[in-house]
Amino acid sequence: MMFAVTIMAILVIMGIALARAFLGPTIYDRILAVNMFGTKTVLFIAVYGFLTERPDFLDIALVYALINFIGVIAVLKFVERYPPPTATSKD
Amino acid sequence: MEIIIDGLSWICLLIGCGLGLSGAIGIFRFKEFYTRMHAASVTDTLCVFFIAAGMILQSGFNLVSVKLIFVVALLWLTGPVASHALVRAAYQTGLKPKLGITRKQSSLRGKSST
Amino acid sequence: MLVLTTIAIVRLRSLFAIVMLSGIYSLLSANIFVILDAVDVAFTEAAVGAGISTVLMLATIGITGYEMKPRSKKRRYVPLLVVTVTGAVLVYGMMDMPGFTDSTAPIHQHVAPRYIIDSPHEIGIPNMVTAVLASYRGYDTMGEVIVVFAALVGVLSLIGVRVPKVAPNYIEPPARPILQVMAKFMIPFIILFALYVQFHGDFGPGGGFQAGVIFSVAIILYTLTFSQYDGMRLVPPKVLKILAAAGVLIYGGTGVWTMLRGGSFLNYSVLGETSVAGQHLGILLIEFGVGLTVATAMMLLFFAFVSRGEKNL
Repeated sequence: MMFAVTIMAILVIMGIALARAFLGPTIYDRILAVNMFGTKTVLFIAVYGFLTERPDFLDIALVYALINFIGVIAVLKFVERYPPPTATSKD
Repeated sequence: MEIIIDGLSWICLLIGCGLGLSGAIGIFRFKEFYTRMHAASVTDTLCVFFIAAGMILQSGFNLVSVKLIFVVALLWLTGPVASHALVRAAYQTGLKPKLGITRKQSSLRGKSST
Repeated sequence: MLVLTTIAIVRLRSLFAIVMLSGIYSLLSANIFVILDAVDVAFTEAAVGAGISTVLMLATIGITGYEMKPRSKKRRYVPLLVVTVTGAVLVYGMMDMPGFTDSTAPIHQHVAPRYIIDSPHEIGIPNMVTAVLASYRGYDTMGEVIVVFAALVGVLSLIGVRVPKVAPNYIEPPARPILQVMAKFMIPFIILFALYVQFHGDFGPGGGFQAGVIFSVAIILYTLTFSQYDGMRLVPPKVLKILAAAGVLIYGGTGVWTMLRGGSFLNYSVLGETSVAGQHLGILLIEFGVGLTVATAMMLLFFAFVSRGEKNL
């Protein structure tokens, strides 16, 4: 029961983050949304393991946390090296 | 005993969900990038902690809880660093924050208050 | 959510936003895999789809540029027609397929019971996916490894890796102190985790493909936070090329070894004292070969794209 509530909340959060990723005026908003989405995915997998009472999927959650970080760092490094033409436009 | 643990994990999970939702609302409603960034990064950290704490209370101390602690540690290490790098990249590529007052005014105000 | 993401990907013009959204797309699909209990697939999707492909696509954007070419207005109906017909044919084909969770479906009647009933005493490892992947379907997996290797050879012959001869200028203070400290702290743990995934694949979700990707992620993190020069000094591309070939060789060599021991190609039962021990040894060997090839191939692809982007700067 408690995990079902948590899963619902996480899904709502993921939906909102997705909306921000679609709308996001600047690319940084999109990166932020993707980052948040990744964090919530980690939580989702962990909580889902508990919900189905097979909490041994946490390896995947670890990989996600790792991959998400690498992805964001790669994106940022890329943005710093090739400054996007749209970044300087209005917010 | 079980009731206490259940109650505690309910509280932890609900706090975590509340924090996560507030972060999501913040990321959606705020007007400007830096405020959104602030909302998302601050709430994310505690949200992860509380939800994982709720799950650890439910699982007891075994391999699962150790892995959960690893997840929390990893997210706590990477989350703030990613936020820092994001803001830094945004600032350096010319996305300036909208300040209500300029820097000079704020430093003057700080002096007058002391 | 998947449909919405796809529509947004098609509508958007900025390639960068598309890369970000496809990252979200693969995270979503991995969630679906977890819900369907396909843990190993979710693992692979997490490692390959969300991580490496984002990095590689970004490196590609470094070569191509940010925006798509403006699309032409005319002749848009023929592609639409082709897509509609193909979709209709696919949907028509789906009609004949058994319903989801239908226990009378053919796949549950013939192949799956054989794997589920026989693999515990034939192979003797708890994770059935690894048993099927590495032993029953050894040929398929070998084909996959060779595809990865062939893709690597193709990219290298098209683009090639340029090794920078000159060390970057370190007179200025390092650009990202916080990131560098974090990376130095994390890389040993990432490599340890990769080895865990590699050798724990018999018991839980994991295996050569995922471990290879995680291992290469460690090196890519180092290259990203420091510089391309440092990364290539740490793992020289020449060594990587040899190792990538060696991985395929280990896989094929295991097969040849089984033939020498009197079995058929990739039938590991003849390798050990008992057939179960032989299967263990064989799976361990080929998983190592897979991991080696995938890790080195990912690193080489990354180096190739990055060094190419460097030149255009």
